[in-house]
Amino acid sequence: MNDQHHNQPEAAPPAREWYEEDVIPAYGVMAEFDDVASLFSAAEKCRDKGFSSWDVYAPVPIHGMNEAMGLKPSRVSFAMAGAALTGCFGALLMQWWMGAIDYEIVVGGKPLFAWEQATPITFELSVLLGAFGALGGMFLLNKLPMWHHPIMNKERFLRVSDDRLVIAVEAIDPLFDEVETAAFLESIGGKNVELVEG
Amino acid sequence: MTTLQPDQATAAGLRGARRPAVSDPETIDGTIVNDPARRPPLVLGDRDFHSVTNTICGWIEMKTPPWWIALFGVSSALAGLGTAMILYLIITGVGVWGLNNPMAWGWAIVNFVWWVGIGHAGTLISAILCLFKQKWRVSINRFAEAMTIFAVICAGTFPGIHVGRVWMAWMLFPIPNSNWIWPNFRSPLLWDVFAVSTYFTVSLLFWYMGMIPDLATLRDRCLARLKQKVTVGPMWAPHPLPGFVKKATTLSLPLNKIGAYFYGVLSMGWRNSQRHWWNYEKAYILLAGVATPLVLSVHTIVSFDFAVSIIPGWHTTIFPPYFVAGAVFSGFAMVLTLLIPTRELYPGMKDFVTARTIENMCKIVTLTGSMVGFAYIMEFFIAWYGANPYEGQAFVVRAFGHYWWAYWIMFLCNVISPQVFWFKWCRTNVWFIFAISIVVNIGMWFERFVITASLSYDFMPANWAYYSPTLVDIGTYVGSMGIFMTLFLLFVRFLPMLPISEVKNVMHQAHTHLHPHDHGHGPGDHAHDLTKPGEAAERTAEGQGY
Repeated sequence: MNDQHHNQPEAAPPAREWYEEDVIPAYGVMAEFDDVASLFSAAEKCRDKGFSSWDVYAPVPIHGMNEAMGLKPSRVSFAMAGAALTGCFGALLMQWWMGAIDYEIVVGGKPLFAWEQATPITFELSVLLGAFGALGGMFLLNKLPMWHHPIMNKERFLRVSDDRLVIAVEAIDPLFDEVETAAFLESIGGKNVELVEG
Repeated sequence: MTTLQPDQATAAGLRGARRPAVSDPETIDGTIVNDPARRPPLVLGDRDFHSVTNTICGWIEMKTPPWWIALFGVSSALAGLGTAMILYLIITGVGVWGLNNPMAWGWAIVNFVWWVGIGHAGTLISAILCLFKQKWRVSINRFAEAMTIFAVICAGTFPGIHVGRVWMAWMLFPIPNSNWIWPNFRSPLLWDVFAVSTYFTVSLLFWYMGMIPDLATLRDRCLARLKQKVTVGPMWAPHPLPGFVKKATTLSLPLNKIGAYFYGVLSMGWRNSQRHWWNYEKAYILLAGVATPLVLSVHTIVSFDFAVSIIPGWHTTIFPPYFVAGAVFSGFAMVLTLLIPTRELYPGMKDFVTARTIENMCKIVTLTGSMVGFAYIMEFFIAWYGANPYEGQAFVVRAFGHYWWAYWIMFLCNVISPQVFWFKWCRTNVWFIFAISIVVNIGMWFERFVITASLSYDFMPANWAYYSPTLVDIGTYVGSMGIFMTLFLLFVRFLPMLPISEVKNVMHQAHTHLHPHDHGHGPGDHAHDLTKPGEAAERTAEGQGY
C-alpha cells in the first residue's frame, strides 16, 4: 500500500494564472546590431522568416526599412484628409449658417454669404484640422501615448535613442520561442541578445 | 539643468567639441565650396551619432552658463516692463497710446505686423525647404520654428490689447453668447484672427512633432543616469574621476528624475520603433505640405487688413506678395540675429550650423530683399500710372511728407543693405551679417510704420494729423522684445536646440545600406560604423553609458 503510494508520480502543481507573481510572460527577445547595413539585412531575414509581431528600433528613420520590414503604406494620409475635409465643410457651413441664416447683417450692400469671402476662413480651418489630423493620426496609428513599455526597462535599450540599433521579436508572435528566436537573432548578426521581461 | 553638474561623458563630449576653428580664407570652415560637383559636408568634425547626441543634449545638461543668467535677467525685466505697460493700458484705456483720429492704428498694429512677419521664417524653413529637400535646413529648423512661435505670441498680443475692451476679446471668435450675435465673416479683420491663430497652432504642432524623438532621447539619458547611478563632478574634472570622488558622488540626481518625467511625458512614450517612424515621416511630410500654403496665406491675409480697405496707399493688389516677401525677409534676418551669437556661445554648434548654412540664409535675404525693393518701386509706378489723384498724393506724402525720414530709413535698410550679400566677404563674415540682420529688422519695422502711417493723411485735409508714440507705446514694444527673448532663452536652456534625429539623418552613417560599397567618402571614414573604433573600448568602460 505504502509502496504503491510512493511510486505514484507526484501531482503537478496547479497551473497558475499569468497575473500571478513570477509567471508574467516575457515581452520578447531583443538583439543589438552593429551598423545600418547589418540591421537592414537582419530585418529582411526576420521578414522572410515570417514574424508578425516584431520591430526594428533605430535613432533615425532608415530609408527603405519599410520594404525590408514589409510594412504596408502608412494610413496617416486618410486621417489627415478626413480631418481637413471636415474643416473645409465645417467652415463653409459655419460661415453660411451664422452669417446668412442665424444673424443677418447687411454690410455695404454685399451678399450675406459668398464663396469668395468664405475662402480665407475655409482654407485656414481646413489646414488647422488637417494638421491635427496628421499629428493625431500618427499618434493613433502608433498607439501613442504609451508612457510605459516593457522594452524601456532594458538598460541597453535606452541607448537606441542615441546610436544603437535593435531588433525585438515579441512573445505574442506565433513563431516565437525563447531559445530558438534568440538563436535566430544571433545567427543573423545580433549581438547582446537578451530576454525582455514582461 | 541648473545647479547640478552633467555626467562625465557629456563633459568629455563638450570638451572634445572645443576644437580650434579652421581659419581658411577661401572655404572658411571647409563648407564654402563654389564647385557644384562637390557637396560640402552638413556636419563637420568627423562626428558619429553618439557625439551628436552628447553635444546637443550637453547644452541642456550642462551647468547654466553665467551669460545665460545675465541675459535672462535683462530679458525678463523687459518682459516685466511690457506686462506692466499692458496692465496700465487695460486699467486706463487705449488713450495711453499716441493714437489720434485719422491714425487709429499706431505702433500696436505696426508691431503686430512686424512680429507676424518675423514669425514667417520658421515654418518656411521647416516646411518649404523640407519639400525642396534642402538638407542644410536641419541645423536651423528647430531654432527658427521656436522663434516663429515666440514671435507669433508677441504678435497676437498687440491686436488683442488694441481692441480697447480687452475683456471682450473673446468675441473675435464665433463663440455662442447670450446676445445671440456672431462675428462678421466678411471682414478681413476676422480672417486675420483665423489666419494668425491657425498659424500659431500649426507651427506649434509642427515644432512639437519634430521634437518628439529628441525629447525621447533626453528622457532616455535621464533614465539611464538614474539607473546607472553615474558619477557626477564638475565639467573640468579629470576623466575618469579618481576612485574616492566616484564613491562620494555616486547618487541619483533629483533633477534627472524631474527630467525623466518632464521629457518623458512630452515625448509620449516614443521608442524609436521603425513602425512608428514610418507613420511619423509620412505625417511630417504631410504637415510640411499643408504648412507651405499656410505660410504664404498668413501674411497674405494680414495684408488684406490693409488692402481690402479703401484707404489710398493701402488699396492695392501688390500687397499680398509684397507682404509675404517682406515677412520672409525679416524672418530670416531675425533668425540670423539670434543664430550668430548662439552659435558662438554654444561649444560645438559651429559643426552643425556651418558657414555654408549662414551663406545660404544670406542669399535668401538678398532674394527676398530684392523682391521687397521691386515692390516699393512698383507701388510708386502704379500710383503714377493709375492716375488716381488720391493714390498719387498718398505716395508723394509717403516719401516727402511728415514721415519722409521713416520712408528713407526703410528704403536704405531694406533695399540697399541686403544687396551687400552679392559679395563673398559680406556673406561669410558673421559679425558683418549680424549687423546687416539688425539693419534689416529695423528697416522692416519702418516699412510697417510707413504703411500704417498712410492713415495720417486721409481724404479730408482738415483731418490730417501727426502721430507720435507715447512712452507707453515704446515701453510695450520694448517689453514685447523682452517677452520674446525670455521665451527664447528658456527654449535654448531646456529643449533641444537642434533636431537631433534629423541631424543624424543627414549624416552618412544613416544611409550606408543604400550604397554599401560606394559611399563616396574619403579614406578613413567610418561609413559602416555608428561609432568610431576608438570608442568601442571606451563604451564598455564603467560609467560611460552617458
